[in-house]
Amino acid sequence: MSLFRKIFLVDLLQGLRVTFRTQNPKNIVTEQYPQQRPMIAERYRGAPRLNINPENGQTLCIACDLCSLACPENLIVVGWERNPETKRKDLITFTYDTSRCMFCGLCEDACPVDALELTQDFELASYSREGAIFDRQTLEEGIRPTKYRF
Amino acid sequence: MSGTFLDSTELVLNMGPQHPSTHGVLRVIVKLDGERVLGTECVIGYLHRGVEKIAENRTYTMFAPYVDRMDYVAAVSNGLGYCLAVEKLLNAEATPRAQAVRVILTELNRIGSHLLWLGTHALDIGAITPLFYCMREREYTLNIFEKYCGARLTTHAFRIGGLQYETYEGFEKEVLDFCDLFEPKVDEYEELLTGNRIWVERLTNVGILNADDCKAYGVTGPMLRAAGVKWDIRKAMPYSGYEKYDFEVPTRENGDTFDRYMVRMAEMRQSVRIVRQAVADIPAGPIMAKVPKIIKPPVGESYVSIEAPKGELGYYIVSDGSTQPYRCRVRPPSFVNLQALDKMARGSLVADLVAIIGTTDIVLGEVDR
Ligand code: SF4
Ligand code: SF4
Repeated sequence: MSLFRKIFLVDLLQGLRVTFRTQNPKNIVTEQYPQQRPMIAERYRGAPRLNINPENGQTLCIACDLCSLACPENLIVVGWERNPETKRKDLITFTYDTSRCMFCGLCEDACPVDALELTQDFELASYSREGAIFDRQTLEEGIRPTKYRF
Repeated sequence: MSGTFLDSTELVLNMGPQHPSTHGVLRVIVKLDGERVLGTECVIGYLHRGVEKIAENRTYTMFAPYVDRMDYVAAVSNGLGYCLAVEKLLNAEATPRAQAVRVILTELNRIGSHLLWLGTHALDIGAITPLFYCMREREYTLNIFEKYCGARLTTHAFRIGGLQYETYEGFEKEVLDFCDLFEPKVDEYEELLTGNRIWVERLTNVGILNADDCKAYGVTGPMLRAAGVKWDIRKAMPYSGYEKYDFEVPTRENGDTFDRYMVRMAEMRQSVRIVRQAVADIPAGPIMAKVPKIIKPPVGESYVSIEAPKGELGYYIVSDGSTQPYRCRVRPPSFVNLQALDKMARGSLVADLVAIIGTTDIVLGEVDR
């Protein structure tokens, strides 16, 4: 390091210049969550949802159990009953334990009718362990979004 | 550490497992004589989850998300290594389009990993500002991952045989924008650190590991290259189409902490170069090669190693012909690089120990697995 640079602290001033350059309010990148909703990508793998047919309000799930077989953590339990009239499986219960889920998306990929979907909802915190286990109703209606008051 | 009895001037100190600059749950038992380090011993295993054993109880497809959780800072690289190993067992190869996208994402991940290392390493040494800048730029890479595959950290981006997801609209532009934005930022970090006299004095001649020692310990990655060995698996044993891209392998001579810093900075620039070339030429075509839905490789074994941000990451998979691996062994770069800690730290000052741990760039999830 030359004497000039040493005496006049050129290296430190250069560093400070970088610091001051970023002080410009134009360059703020901080997100104001939760006041502002962050931008969530369309493909985001968040809270699961069991889709229902918008026309007749019935579930799209055909109780084929493929999602439960595809899941590495084995956390989906599909309860079904054979309908004696139509001879098809009817979905009775559907349990999804988010506390063990790693949101890998394999169940979503396995579903043949796009009934199970991982949505953009990312606020999954719950006050109890039981709250992390989603039943069919929660999966269909979605978790109640947290309301923040300011 | 030798000898059970301590001299009256010697002191044994536990650093970690909750020490902020051991980057996780590493516990280092340090024997000190005043400020001098006489020896260190690493105690690991606090984050052990038995990933290799889990592999034996999962099908090949199901195990893919778990590898992301080893080196969670560079999850994409982990996924790539695993997919390549299984593809080798299956005698399949990803389609050209999938390979190009894989290269782009892995290189972006390398940048992200190096940025996190740079930020935390500088923080350990006492420079707080770079951390915020590094995090700011890393965010862009994470956003690209999020848009591409739906997760930011544990991405599960690749599938055996190719990709699950087609690139999203505007992917190329976003990646190129990031490249344009990022290159001047590297200069900015260098402006902050490379010339800074405190930074230079704190890092030069600290934690020297020469080329012979590196080879003896099996140290790979930027640490090996900082000692002057031009060894990069992307060049030596190209995979996923790396032979098509033109890039350099940065090396330095001394193998001290400052050199490792310089090598990683140069690597980020090279990564940008690779990304630019790859984005300019993503071939059209299918993203998934023809692999069976239920993966059942023939009896055999395969070892594939890739150049992860931290060094050589290898997957050794033995198949007994069923849908589950018979054995899956991971060669994690962090674990091997960590073994050289004692060699580097012996004789240095205790304040430098933090710098030496930082410069090895370990992720405890990968050390313990
Ligand atoms: S996202 Fe993965 S871990 Fe979670 S339920 Fe689906 S398959 Fe299982
Ligand atoms: S894979 Fe889809 S259709 Fe089959 S049980 Fe699961 S959610 Fe229902």
